[in-house]
Amino acid sequence: MNTPELHPYVFLTVLLFMALAFPLVPLALARLWAIRFAPPRPGPAKNATYECGIETRGDPLQQFRAGYYLYGILFLIFDVEVVFLLPFAVAFLHLPVGAVVAMLVFVLLLAEGLAWAWLKGLLEWK
Amino acid sequence: MDAIYYLDPTTQFVLFSIVKIVVAFVITLTFVAYAVLAERKISAWIQDRVGPNRATPFFAQYLPVIGPALVRLGIFQPMADGLKFLLKEDFTPAYVRKVYFWLAPALTAIPAFMTIAVIPFGSTLGNPNNPMVIADLNVGILYSFGIVSLGVYGIVLAGYASNSKYPFLGGIRSSAQMISYEIAMGMSVVAVFMVIGDLNLSKVVEYQGANILHWMAWKQPLAFFIFLVSAFAETNRLPFDLPESESELVGGYHTEYSSMKFALFFLGEYANMIAASAMMVTLFFGGWAYPWGGGAAQGFLGGVGHIVCFLVKMLVLMGVFIWVRWMFPRFRYDQLMDLGWRRFIPLALVNILVTALVLAALND
Repeated sequence: MNTPELHPYVFLTVLLFMALAFPLVPLALARLWAIRFAPPRPGPAKNATYECGIETRGDPLQQFRAGYYLYGILFLIFDVEVVFLLPFAVAFLHLPVGAVVAMLVFVLLLAEGLAWAWLKGLLEWK
Repeated sequence: MDAIYYLDPTTQFVLFSIVKIVVAFVITLTFVAYAVLAERKISAWIQDRVGPNRATPFFAQYLPVIGPALVRLGIFQPMADGLKFLLKEDFTPAYVRKVYFWLAPALTAIPAFMTIAVIPFGSTLGNPNNPMVIADLNVGILYSFGIVSLGVYGIVLAGYASNSKYPFLGGIRSSAQMISYEIAMGMSVVAVFMVIGDLNLSKVVEYQGANILHWMAWKQPLAFFIFLVSAFAETNRLPFDLPESESELVGGYHTEYSSMKFALFFLGEYANMIAASAMMVTLFFGGWAYPWGGGAAQGFLGGVGHIVCFLVKMLVLMGVFIWVRWMFPRFRYDQLMDLGWRRFIPLALVNILVTALVLAALND
């Protein structure tokens, strides 16, 4: 029996279109229903920002603490590390000793980065 | 029906694959709808209440005994909920950023459905050339991590588009939480793939297929524990539901949403839960393989049996998700970040090193 050769990404594309239809169809249906049967009735109270009944003050996009940003930077470093670690993990048993040592050095460098951030107090949420 | 056998193999393959995708998608959607009901019923049971038992469609009264029983179980509740979401006023507040406000719910719902593409949910239905997986990628796990990372965009965008203080804080919190636990999750599976030696998820199932003793959950218990807890954090569920902690942030990132747009966030959360459970079944509990082993199915019925086995394992894990939500209080934000960065990431690194040492020792 001959195996039909079709790239798996073809089916991934089919699934993508179905996944796109999943949110878009109900949103469109709700919109159509709203236009025909339930037109929006805005009012000053309904249009106000929701803040548990208190009138909102100032710009809603206020300053937020820098801690979130630091986590973002740390994330960038470690996420790249994980992507590099996975191919290494798969080939681990077939690698020469030199390659394993090189990878260990890479992991230790990143572990040192984590230790540095830890000692610096960046991981403490004060 | 016989006409299908006269088609050439390629057409058969394409037809079969498209039917497979549609069926897998519809089953996931049904699971999403009934996961909501299961959550409400189990929470009612845990809190000594009755739960939804009223929704009665017109045809239920014509069914003699089974009709009232189904109503008491709340089987029709998801339909009523869906209809209600559709008929509610489709309101867009005046001060929001309109394009992003519409885009965010759609973006949240899509990645969860894309993740199921690489998960092998069964062996075959008789034809060994057509395995029960939508896209048998050789880099399966990398694909799923890529797609899972997209999930954070919908939530951050919802917080930003709402142009309101509570949703903004919820969105920021959520992004920090999800990226932190994504690292812990990614590092925990590195040790798993060191043992298996292949990134293709079908090979992962094959490796664990022999019997229950070969499941990765026993070989890598620490990796499984980190993955499980990170999955709670990634799906924004209690005890890590800080983005929408209602006692502090009203509803978090979806405070300003209503009707169908809110429903999409809601369904997206459950779809994520299903995707996470399916991924854990594949990585740690042998996927579609029976606990007593046995290879790929020979006939149609054997194939269906494997799919049922996969779904049962998935349902058990989803039960754990729901059970945990109603048993534990919410973490404080500093505890959450502490657990992710100062406990799980170092632990996962140590796990990788120990696995490497053991594997090297066994290999010599």
